[in-house]
Amino acid sequence: MDSFLQNLINGIGIGSIYALIALGYTMVYGILKLINFAHSDVFMVGAFMGYYGARIFSKLMYGSSVVEPGWTLFLLVLAFSVACCGVLGYLNERIAYRPLRNAPRIASLITAIGLSFLFEYGGQMVFGPDPKFFPQLLEKKQIEFFGTSITSHLVIVLVVALVFMGILQYIVYGTKFGRAMRAVSHNYETASLMGIPTDRVISITFVIGSMLAAVGGVLYGLSYSKIDPLMGIMLGLKAFVAAVLGGIGNVPGAVIGGLVIGIVESFAGASALSTYKDAIAFVILILILLFRPSGIFGKHQAEKV
Amino acid sequence: MTILNVLDAQGVTIRFGGLTAVSEFNLSIRPTELVGLIGPNGAGKTTVFNMLTGVYKPTEGEIRVNGVDTKSLKACDITKLGAARTFQNIRVFKTLSLLDNVRIGGHIHYKYSWADSVLHSVKFREHEEQAAQEAIELLSIFDLAHRAHDEARSLPYGDQRRLEIARALAAKPKLLLLDEPAAGLNTGETAGLMAQIHEIRDRFGIAVLIIEHNMELVMGICERILVLNYGKTIAQGHPEAIQNDPVVIEAYLGEPADA
Amino acid sequence: MRNWLVRDVLGITVISAILIGLSYLLGWLPIPGMAYYNRVIVTIGINIILAVSLNIINGHAGQFSMGHAGFMAVGAYTSAYLTYFHFQPFLATMKEGPAQFAMQQVLFLAALLAGGGIAALAGWLVGLPSLRLRGDYLAIVTLGFGEIIRVLILNIDKIGGARGLAGVPAFANFFWVYLFVCIVVIVSWRLIRSQVGRAFLAVREDEIAAEAMGVNTTHYKVQAFVIGSFFAGIAGGLLGHYLVYLNPGMFQFTKSFEAIVMVVLGGMGSISGAVLAAVILSVALEALRFVKEAFGLTADPRMVIYAIVLILLMRLRPQGVLGNREIGSFFRRRNGRSE
Repeated sequence: MDSFLQNLINGIGIGSIYALIALGYTMVYGILKLINFAHSDVFMVGAFMGYYGARIFSKLMYGSSVVEPGWTLFLLVLAFSVACCGVLGYLNERIAYRPLRNAPRIASLITAIGLSFLFEYGGQMVFGPDPKFFPQLLEKKQIEFFGTSITSHLVIVLVVALVFMGILQYIVYGTKFGRAMRAVSHNYETASLMGIPTDRVISITFVIGSMLAAVGGVLYGLSYSKIDPLMGIMLGLKAFVAAVLGGIGNVPGAVIGGLVIGIVESFAGASALSTYKDAIAFVILILILLFRPSGIFGKHQAEKV
Repeated sequence: MTILNVLDAQGVTIRFGGLTAVSEFNLSIRPTELVGLIGPNGAGKTTVFNMLTGVYKPTEGEIRVNGVDTKSLKACDITKLGAARTFQNIRVFKTLSLLDNVRIGGHIHYKYSWADSVLHSVKFREHEEQAAQEAIELLSIFDLAHRAHDEARSLPYGDQRRLEIARALAAKPKLLLLDEPAAGLNTGETAGLMAQIHEIRDRFGIAVLIIEHNMELVMGICERILVLNYGKTIAQGHPEAIQNDPVVIEAYLGEPADA
Repeated sequence: MRNWLVRDVLGITVISAILIGLSYLLGWLPIPGMAYYNRVIVTIGINIILAVSLNIINGHAGQFSMGHAGFMAVGAYTSAYLTYFHFQPFLATMKEGPAQFAMQQVLFLAALLAGGGIAALAGWLVGLPSLRLRGDYLAIVTLGFGEIIRVLILNIDKIGGARGLAGVPAFANFFWVYLFVCIVVIVSWRLIRSQVGRAFLAVREDEIAAEAMGVNTTHYKVQAFVIGSFFAGIAGGLLGHYLVYLNPGMFQFTKSFEAIVMVVLGGMGSISGAVLAAVILSVALEALRFVKEAFGLTADPRMVIYAIVLILLMRLRPQGVLGNREIGSFFRRRNGRSE
């Protein structure tokens, strides 16, 4: 019973990070029908911005780059990383994808792959290829919870992730911008004819997605402490699987998909299948695409002849 | 024994979600018949085509091509039964040559395997010679033979439509389905096309089903016309009868009958 | 008598003779560091096989596969398993001499073909779900398959698992690599000039129109996957028997990505483009090794350069260097087509 609960909680922890990344994939796919492979690397950059942000702000606040845990610092670092990644997301779209808007989709896909590799291996050159230890921004406490102990970080990951998902849900379904976004996702040309500034909507979508990825990056650093420039590859792929599982283009679907993948992996990791853990997300992906290509919550779309 | 119809559609109905796009569609076509399918925009004409050629599966009803029920068949198998089509929104293979376009049209008749291709077997060479020869002949019918090695996308619009017809004919169908072959053509080209459709029918002895908005063309060459409106067949018969049918006139009200 | 078969057998014999001659020539050439150049030449050959075979799937049939490294791994491990555990011990029982040498060549060919065959089987398995998927979904599924294959190999202890398999017999050489370079180019060339190849192209151009013309799109997509992965498996087998070492890390999806860069750079659908790009990139890769050493870089600049090449290519010349044409067509065009 103990280990069951423990696995479940661990799964929810990593699952909410998958979910944060999956949201960016699902929004961009919903609008541009593009798998933005570089999104997972924005997540990685977010983690590194957290790493460097922590040192910068410590220096500014305490005059020392030795990081003192504290809420002010945590929130400052989070804001810094989110801002950096927002700008990065904007630049990605503006420089790499927008010029290809009318090109064949395969050109955008290949660009996305290229961009992703640029960040990963460029990151190795800039940040160094070795893993870095993410500073303890907040003190780690053990909390007793129905007979198992969980870390305070896990609780923070969950709360922060939920807050940002809530904000996103409000933006998409409760604001005028969200309506514009859904309109563009439904039909790009028509939305443009109706006076929706599609380019701006797409830019902002990239920015929002990248900001969520940054949140994911900082939270990942906080709870798993080791970060490296290639960390986005596997996490990103799994987050994409989560988006597909939930039904691509569907915001709540991405969150649930992320949690499901996280939990399944967590249980598999604790079982005899542990050495196959990295393959499980892909097996799930293949099964969904074969049996329910539109995902759990997606709508099936037929091609017009 | 009676002559086998090339097409028998009985009670064909299709629903998309709650919308009935086509209901109770019946149509039988005898060999070498020229049949027109007309109706206002959105009446379900192209949906009928898509069901006849296997792109959509009807919700109810039965479709037989050359006497064979197509219920469980894929689009490519229906082509093998002898029904080939063109598309309303031209779907030639754009970056391939005209020759390749037409040779792909004849795909079902060239039966050699990848191994024959790799080894250049006798079978391969016989089939290839035949394919090239037939393709050039078909292109000649449409005055396109001199451009056989150009990319299809380099052709003007009207020629792309005619290339599509040539490609469909390469499948040696018993029934040719043309989806708005005259769309975008000028009066002179339309007249040429009418003559060509007649020529094709006489030369290959095939039946033709045409969707068309150009009444001049439909009334000029079709022996029988079917009128669809809101997915229902509202009239069918000889062109003169259709032209004077009050139900048809009502369906087209507001549109000049010769548009 | 089937004279076409005679002609092909003759052709292969002539090619083999030339290759054997060349490989002796390469061995005799009094160039310092010839062993190094030899290695580069063999690497180029293996990359050509990879690029040309991926071009069948991605360029001709238009199915964007990102799992080529997976098929390569299947071929590499299958053939290495056979030679390492079965053929090598058997050859050790033979007396040294021409008979043993000949037997080794025959068994190596058999191992390569078996590797290709199993890789083709894997290609068939991956091709099946591709029936329902298009474009980027297919890309991610093939990528996933590639990763699944790698994780499976990691878990098979018999063939070394995560440690890798050391001591794969050194059977591969210039001759074998370039023999298969010639074969894959000829096969690909002949396919694309046949009804099978045209069916691939039709699927790439417009699946609905292809289906309407009686092309069984499912069948041809799978066939492209099977043929492409067969040769990827051969390339894997050659690689393993040349490096005399295998490790699942060699077949990460960066390897698939390298093959994709070659195909895209050369021009999707162009066989000569794939060959050209494979040569250019392999040479560039070696040059970059010096850059890395000269500047004392800790990270490999290779992937960064690949990435930049790819991004710029999509911006400036998305159709690749040769587009979907072959090198010959450029010369023909220049000579005028006034008739």
